[in-house]
Amino acid sequence: MVDIAERQPNAVTMAKRRGLSEAWFAWLLILPALAFIGVIVAWPLLETIRLSFTNADLGGESWVGLANYQKLLSTPKFYEIVGRTFFWMVLSVSFKMIMGLIGATLLNAAVPGRALFRMLIMPPWIIPIAIGCIGWLWLYNGQFGFLAGMSQRIGILNGPFEFLAYRNSAFYSAIVTDVWVGTPMVSLFFLAAMQGVSRDLYEAAWVDGASRWYRFRRITIPQIMPVIVSMALLSAIWTFNSFEIIWILTQGGPRGGTTTMIIDTYKTAIGNFKFGDGAARAVAIVVILGLFSLLYMGLLNRVNKHYGVK
Amino acid sequence: MLMDRYTLLQKIGIYAAIFLFLSFILLPFAEMFRTSLSPMSHLFHSPYEIWTTEFSFEAYSKMWEKVPLLGRYIWNSIYIATMVTTITMVFVVPAAYAYARLDFPFKALSLGTFLAVNMFTGAVLLIPLYRIMRTLGLLNTYWAMIIPGVAFLIPTGIWLLRGYLEKIPKELEEAAFVDGASRMYTLRRVVLPLAVPGLIVVGVSVFIGAYAQQYLFAITFNQIPELQPLPAGLNQFIGYQSVEWNQMMAAALTGILPVMVVFLFLQKYLVAGLTAGAIKE
Repeated sequence: MVDIAERQPNAVTMAKRRGLSEAWFAWLLILPALAFIGVIVAWPLLETIRLSFTNADLGGESWVGLANYQKLLSTPKFYEIVGRTFFWMVLSVSFKMIMGLIGATLLNAAVPGRALFRMLIMPPWIIPIAIGCIGWLWLYNGQFGFLAGMSQRIGILNGPFEFLAYRNSAFYSAIVTDVWVGTPMVSLFFLAAMQGVSRDLYEAAWVDGASRWYRFRRITIPQIMPVIVSMALLSAIWTFNSFEIIWILTQGGPRGGTTTMIIDTYKTAIGNFKFGDGAARAVAIVVILGLFSLLYMGLLNRVNKHYGVK
Repeated sequence: MLMDRYTLLQKIGIYAAIFLFLSFILLPFAEMFRTSLSPMSHLFHSPYEIWTTEFSFEAYSKMWEKVPLLGRYIWNSIYIATMVTTITMVFVVPAAYAYARLDFPFKALSLGTFLAVNMFTGAVLLIPLYRIMRTLGLLNTYWAMIIPGVAFLIPTGIWLLRGYLEKIPKELEEAAFVDGASRMYTLRRVVLPLAVPGLIVVGVSVFIGAYAQQYLFAITFNQIPELQPLPAGLNQFIGYQSVEWNQMMAAALTGILPVMVVFLFLQKYLVAGLTAGAIKE
């Protein structure tokens, strides 16, 4: 490109020369960020892949080929954990989407006070997850916590109940907390999308005598469907990777009842310093999430086409 | 408008639903606040009672004695978040400008690469990060918590700021550029001053993110109590025998005060800014 620019000094080349310097300038601006991400995210990712073929621990490392993967794939527990992780993701994301839709619809209602309500929904999103979780830890306390205490007073429970001490109740408790953390963000994104829907559509339907519910079902939902679908993907990825909530509430217990892939990876690698085994688990997460996202992107394209979005 | 009018019954229904919804969202905060005001004897009393005549702010003064480093933890949280925000913005501003205004090869691909970072949480990359930090001698320093924090906020920062910069009229830059100003001069003297509101919103969003994400890096890369941020320091209230729940809740609420204050002042812009990506297509 430099050659052409130098050989033909005319108007067209001027534009080209500018184009060239524009590209250089752009890359100059992006390079620092890209390099930083390269060192702190991309390189560690490659290093994780390499480590997964070694038996690295605190002492040292040597190449073991596929041994870590063979070991992992021949452990029945691993499949149990993968299954649980998907169950966790699907359940939690579904609830977040439903709560998000309910929240956005309520906040979108033309009633006095809605500016205040929009503000009051934000706190779980903006405070550190770890601090919100400590609040939930206390709510779930079986002896003195709000949930056990109130349930006893109303008569749902006859005695103390440790929500986090049993495999099932701990799992669903963690789901509730995860939904609590995720709902504000989903609600606000849906709300923003709802406000972007043209009022003409609603007015036309209203003039034709369409009920509120009909308008919601046949106008709002289709119009914001692209946002719902892409939000569900983002939310699915984050929920799949959700670490702090489970770690603070149960550390993956009791007896592995809340151990998802990310918790398993953390325990293996950082808890037991089995870097090689941990890396194999981390790679499994990346592969599964990658495949999932590809499938999902396909779906997203079809949804967008169906609803006529470019 | 007539279409938006509700009957009285509908209004009551909407308010009741909003009340229920917000109860779920705010329940932990209400209970945390109630707990922070209650003496331990009341909290450990059965059956459960919400109200007591003994409510006091005692825990808010006692907590500093029980965990002498508490002030330090809160300071560390603010310090780490501020450093992360500053460094992140240094990387984000030029990159966001390039994506908003310039045309260059591999533009979509490189932007996609940035956004793909959102797919990984720190947890997946912890092993090599841990080893990098150990090799560089950064374990147990502030940097071990700052550097990974920056990396995971750069993509979101670029995405948000790009949206803002795209809204600034292009003509002003073109005028400066035609007048012979260099590209860098145009960016510094024309674009950035115009982008100040956007910079503030993105900066605050990054700050909130940086304040929120400290836990994982802190418990993994740092063992020194004096450097710990608040979310990781809070478990100091968990003793061998019992947990000082009232003081722990008082400390937690005190610790979220900085973000809440920042949020209250800027919430109107933040909501618009954070959701801008949703309506733009």
